[in-house]
Amino acid sequence: MPKQADFIRKRNFKEVALGYSAEDAIEEAGRCLDCKKPFCVDGCPVEIDIPGFIRAIAEEDFALAIKILKEKNCLPAVCGRVCPQEEQCEIKCILEKKGAPIAIGRLERFAAEWESQQDSIEMPVIDDKTGKKVAVIGSGPAGITVAGDLILQGHDVTMYEALHEPGGVLTYGIPEFRLPASVVTREIEYLQKLGVKLICNFVVGKTRSLKKILDEYDAVFVGTGAGLPWFMNIPGENLNGVYSANEYLTRVNLMRGFQYPKTYTPVVRHKKVAVVGGGNVAMDCARTALRLGAEEAVIVYRRSETELPAREEEYENADEEGVKFSFLTLPEKLYGDKNGWLKEIECSKMELGEPDASGRRRPIRIDGSEFRMKMDACIVAIGNSPNPIIPQTTPELAVSKWGTIEVDEESFKTTIDRVWAGGDIVSGAATVILAMGAGRKAARSMHEYLSSLT
Amino acid sequence: MFKIIERKSIVPNLHLLVVHAPDVVETIQPGQFVIIHCGEGSERIPLTAADWDREEGTLSIVFMEVGTSTGKLAMLQPGDEIPTVVGPLGVPIEIEKFGVVVCIGGCFGLGSIFPVVRALKEKGNEVITMLEGRSKNLLYWEEKLSKYSDKVIKLTRDGSYGYKGHVKKGSELLRELGIKPDRVIANGCTTLSYLASRDYAHFDVPVIVTLNTIMIDGTGMCGVCRCTVDGKMKFACVDGPSFDGRLVDWEELAARRKQYISEEAFLVHHSGCGGF
Repeated sequence: MPKQADFIRKRNFKEVALGYSAEDAIEEAGRCLDCKKPFCVDGCPVEIDIPGFIRAIAEEDFALAIKILKEKNCLPAVCGRVCPQEEQCEIKCILEKKGAPIAIGRLERFAAEWESQQDSIEMPVIDDKTGKKVAVIGSGPAGITVAGDLILQGHDVTMYEALHEPGGVLTYGIPEFRLPASVVTREIEYLQKLGVKLICNFVVGKTRSLKKILDEYDAVFVGTGAGLPWFMNIPGENLNGVYSANEYLTRVNLMRGFQYPKTYTPVVRHKKVAVVGGGNVAMDCARTALRLGAEEAVIVYRRSETELPAREEEYENADEEGVKFSFLTLPEKLYGDKNGWLKEIECSKMELGEPDASGRRRPIRIDGSEFRMKMDACIVAIGNSPNPIIPQTTPELAVSKWGTIEVDEESFKTTIDRVWAGGDIVSGAATVILAMGAGRKAARSMHEYLSSLT
Repeated sequence: MFKIIERKSIVPNLHLLVVHAPDVVETIQPGQFVIIHCGEGSERIPLTAADWDREEGTLSIVFMEVGTSTGKLAMLQPGDEIPTVVGPLGVPIEIEKFGVVVCIGGCFGLGSIFPVVRALKEKGNEVITMLEGRSKNLLYWEEKLSKYSDKVIKLTRDGSYGYKGHVKKGSELLRELGIKPDRVIANGCTTLSYLASRDYAHFDVPVIVTLNTIMIDGTGMCGVCRCTVDGKMKFACVDGPSFDGRLVDWEELAARRKQYISEEAFLVHHSGCGGF
């Protein structure tokens, strides 16, 4: 798929991927074998009829393609961009064995972009109104999926959002160059057109308790996502210039800090930036730092390249843009100047030992290998705990020792009657599509319950 | 949208803002804060509640005009609408029957201490309220605070009103009067909170302060409000904003508050004029 050239894109916030042209898409779709037993569908957490929409693209019926996608996925423009297709649908593609699976994600993105350029979009048929009321708490990927599914089944859906803009991690977390804000806005507006009521600036658990919300609705879904960032618990983490990935990305994305001083939320333009962690979020931070003018952005990861959890595509993009990688490196101590600003990071080199519980080889510190890196910023991107507000203010709700809400694995029901939960608040930090998959399953169970009411 | 009912300058540089936010005031408790955002491009600003009226659905806030975003707030007129007043956020301050409670307010903290004073009095405490300011013209709400206080002590650094001195003077006065507080609560800038924690520590009772850290979401997501309390990392937005000041790492807190000083100063000097 065509991309902005690396030397250009590393200094702007425009989307990296330029997308398929109609010709590209038709040609790519034409390669699909249209398998009788399509394994790709098994790999999709939301069970999209993949061969169906691809066949429609090959036959140049783009309207049908998007219709098929939207039957199972209310966020095709988002998923086409940020789903890890290479480990879900594409890895299951028969052509994968020959080395080149169908680019399912890119085709999904193409269909969604095609639709956005049409004068009018075809609205799906909504089932007869049931008169049942549902509250969805959190407007991130899980909440959006629940809202999208239940509104189509005729229920009244109200979605609550704590921040001033909807979208959850799609808005505050994923950078503009990977998922433009306009794409998220479009998808949310579509939900509103379907009849979903959106209330921003409302913190359930604070503005109103979950219990009170429950009095007003027949069923409630909790998808409140990420909470407090994890730090490394090493000396110096509260120095100025040390950020959590959540903070750094929220400043830039939600608060549009990359447009400072036109916008008022400042982002310091650091020159030498270390990003600790190896996931997509770490890549996002390093690439953001470069776009903000950093001379050097280094990913500091304690395991090796093989264990890097980021998507191949994001690793490649980061590498092309000039992000440096310091593998098998563990930060041990942060040093600051007399005004409390970060100056140096002391690290140790690591080697890989036996596989640990996650199946990845355990990194072991090499004694005496300490060295220092001169850095003026350090972004900690090693994950976060679930959002604490609802568990903190709802004592009846059972939570695990990690603070995630406990649910029934199949139905996503919580320990409180009529309350379901899904997404990062249940699983801990995961991907957009896994949150959507959880939302899909919860919505199914919620619909079943709502239909049983007279 | 949230409608502005009133906005006026109460003393130089401090403004009272009354906004219609019925959902927020339905559950608000003393010590909690809201985040205000004036729309696209603005900052999210955390501000502690100074009063509320549940029947009218209104929330009062006293804020200091310090930068571009608060400058924008200071321009609001009755009838204007702002897109975001979200809350109440943070953990309410502990209100129990402690006995004798000394409440110290300075600057915007004279506003935010008011709900605390009122709640403590209603709980049956003996409340000694101290108003601190550089000069007489910077003190406000004396009458309002007096209504719920058993004793009011005024402290001005230039001696233009009440006693001359900072919060330390108040602690000396207590000693002279033979009053031993069961709890001290201080609201105001970081300096006032720090000084209160230092100068009242000898009473050997909790000195509860409300920290003014930088925040973005205010809901336990971004982590910028982290501070060290009793040697542990705490987040002011969800663990606080009130902590026992005797356990706060003040040096770190003061440094962290200065993270964006140069960016903020840049905006104050450059916004709007388009030149240098």
